[in-house]
Amino acid sequence: MNVFIDYLLTAVPLGMTFLYGCVGEILTEKAGHLNLGIPGIMCIGGASGCLALSCLNGLGLPAFLVVIIALIAAFAGGMVMGAVYCFLTVTLKSNQNVTGLAMTTFGVGTTKFIMSGLAENGGMGYLYARDFFRYPFAESTTSLKLCGVMVYLAVVIALAASFVLSRTRVGLHLRAVGENPATADAVGINVTKYKYVATCIGSGIAALGGLFYIMDYSGSYEAYKSIEALGWLSVALVIFTLWRPHISILGSVAFGILYLAGSRLPTLLGIQFDMSMTPLLQLLPYIVTIIVLIVTSVRNKRENQPPASLGLPYFREER
Amino acid sequence: MEKKLALEMKGISKYFGTLAANKNVDLDVYRGEILSILGENGCGKTTLMNMIAGIYYPDEGSIFVDGEEVVIRSPKDAFAKGIGMIHQHFKLVDVFTAAQNIILGINDGNRYNISDVNAKVKQIADKYGFIIDPSKKIHEMSVSEKQTVEILKVLYRGADILILDEPSAVLTPQETDKLFAVLRKMRDDGKSILIITHKLHEVMAISDRVAVLRKGEHIATVSTSETSPEALTEMMVGQKVTLNIDRPEPENSVDRLEVRNLSLTDSEGVKILDNISFTARSGEILGIAGIAGSGQRELLESIAGLSHPVSGEIVYNNPKTGETENLRDKNPVQIRELGVRLSFVPEDRLGMGLVGNMDLIDNMMLRSYSKGRSLFVDRKKPKDLAEKIIKELQVATPGTHTPVRRLSGGNVQKVLVGREIAAAPTVLMAAYPVRGLDINSSYTIYNLLTKQKKDGVAVIFVGEDLDVLVELCDRIMVVCAGRVTGIVDGRNTTKEEIGLLMTKTDTNYKNDKNGKGGNGDEK
Repeated sequence: MNVFIDYLLTAVPLGMTFLYGCVGEILTEKAGHLNLGIPGIMCIGGASGCLALSCLNGLGLPAFLVVIIALIAAFAGGMVMGAVYCFLTVTLKSNQNVTGLAMTTFGVGTTKFIMSGLAENGGMGYLYARDFFRYPFAESTTSLKLCGVMVYLAVVIALAASFVLSRTRVGLHLRAVGENPATADAVGINVTKYKYVATCIGSGIAALGGLFYIMDYSGSYEAYKSIEALGWLSVALVIFTLWRPHISILGSVAFGILYLAGSRLPTLLGIQFDMSMTPLLQLLPYIVTIIVLIVTSVRNKRENQPPASLGLPYFREER
Repeated sequence: MEKKLALEMKGISKYFGTLAANKNVDLDVYRGEILSILGENGCGKTTLMNMIAGIYYPDEGSIFVDGEEVVIRSPKDAFAKGIGMIHQHFKLVDVFTAAQNIILGINDGNRYNISDVNAKVKQIADKYGFIIDPSKKIHEMSVSEKQTVEILKVLYRGADILILDEPSAVLTPQETDKLFAVLRKMRDDGKSILIITHKLHEVMAISDRVAVLRKGEHIATVSTSETSPEALTEMMVGQKVTLNIDRPEPENSVDRLEVRNLSLTDSEGVKILDNISFTARSGEILGIAGIAGSGQRELLESIAGLSHPVSGEIVYNNPKTGETENLRDKNPVQIRELGVRLSFVPEDRLGMGLVGNMDLIDNMMLRSYSKGRSLFVDRKKPKDLAEKIIKELQVATPGTHTPVRRLSGGNVQKVLVGREIAAAPTVLMAAYPVRGLDINSSYTIYNLLTKQKKDGVAVIFVGEDLDVLVELCDRIMVVCAGRVTGIVDGRNTTKEEIGLLMTKTDTNYKNDKNGKGGNGDEK
């Protein structure tokens, strides 16, 4: 039983990495922009956070402040990436898929460059956000050691995003922009502004996921190497949860469980898998996503479809 | 009741490039009045209204609301002045409820509370007699319900000058009657209503006054009670223009294509084509006239096998074998092989038929790529064809390797029509082949069609310009709302006759003093 609890308590924090990326991507997609740059943005988030930690290392600031600054740096790094993506796709109206993939390539490469530089300069000085605000699990027992403030923050952000989207005027306007920008424009909503703000904030949120993964979940700056893969899973999670941030809380945990199945299931079930089976088991989240896609397509309920103008650039009609 | 001026336009002009969409238009509307804006396609009705609604900004002239000069730069400005427009194409978010759509973009400082909005929407709806469920999703609604939402959207914003762009185009006659009842209620409430329309019987039924536009110019504004459909038609179509298009008598005409009782519905179950029957003969140009969107495109697509009619027959008399074949059993490729060719020039010209980024040769190959046995494509024949078309139709292009999108509109159309003609068709369908072309290029196309006719091809020509139709075509079929309202002889008809047929519907109009539905029946 202990093995199972340990499995779950690792899966939840891992899931939160997906949750950050997923909520960020949902906000962007609700504005009608398919941001495939999310994996790169998460990497950049991790890198800028680590860069901040490294710079502040040894200045004698309170550890608490250093962590806050690292979080802000990660958020800012994500927002810069989001702003570049917006400038290309909203203002210059370039193809969203191509731009997004370019952002990912750029983000992953830059992160590798920054992180290997940091490693040469003696690392970033280990500080874990999870060491602060342990409440309500005050004791740092081994199994709970991964559940720090950022796990709760992810859930809070997801719930807040859900509230804004469904219960506020801003959310209504944002969804209108993503569904039918021409309509939104005609009633006086500033389409460009909404697209920019949603994408930049979304990218910032996704970037936090990158830092969380390096700083809290794995606690090793080598971890940046696997962020890209997790980023793609976040994008898949958006589809899995049908563009609903509150469902994505559960969805992210499910993805965490599925992702770890490769390494945990053998011990849990007491069976011996061949090593080569692990990558196959890691495919599980993708397979489940495809199944969800099939089911929702077959049921064909209008509410479960992606925002209607997702991926389409908006030109104000000119004759 | 004392009449108070609500809206006044003075000397309004609007240019798109060198084309004048509106020229020096004067217009006024009173409070508590319904004014119809009447005119043919492309006469600038919608452009004029868009300037009041803030979609376009006039190049010249001024607009007065309640006697004060105003500047309307955006729909928001228009709303601030109490002007709201209901567009022909609804601007609604499908996954939102009616109420959510109605309050979209409004920030009145109140907390966002959808049940308050629902109550207020209900209250407005009750006042004017609309029937609506504010919490129903748009994608579950019928077309008339969607229109109701659009009108409520404008009323919710406190508009007292309403502009409706062809409101009845999407409605059944019963729904139209209901809408008109509501509009009369709003008029009695002191609102000013402008209706864009080209349906004469509606003009007669609903409006207090009619403003007629022709080719961007304001012809006259008359009281509905002092005019007749005939007088309005005359104002609408104007004097006959002589074009001197060569029109030889058809020779050895035989029935080539017979369409019998063809009906087509769209995905929402709305009838687009309703029981259409006609015959296209070889060596003859059959014109199809009608208001844009009356089913012309769908009719041609059905014949070409691109749309699937729900009932009816399309019988083709094959001149090679002498047999008759039903085209409904065949796929588009088989139909094309039979020699039935469609050259459709859509509004964006490149949308159907040509690929903009490919050069002339590759576009020629779009029709012939499946020919030949070799693994590799044969570029020789398409190249010859492209060169032949360039030479014979005088296509202005740097060469055969120029991407089609770099050519001017007229040249693109020549390439498109030329390719279809090159295949030696037996039936040639050309929809709007002269759309956006200058006079000389238009004549090149007319001559091409006439030449095909002389060669014994059955030509079906869908056109917009009535002057051209009556000079070019041997017979003209008039369609209105998916129905054939008449087939007239091109040599003996007048623009007025076609104009009346184009706007004829089966509904009996009550206010029509002369009791004539249209002159077409009498012929």
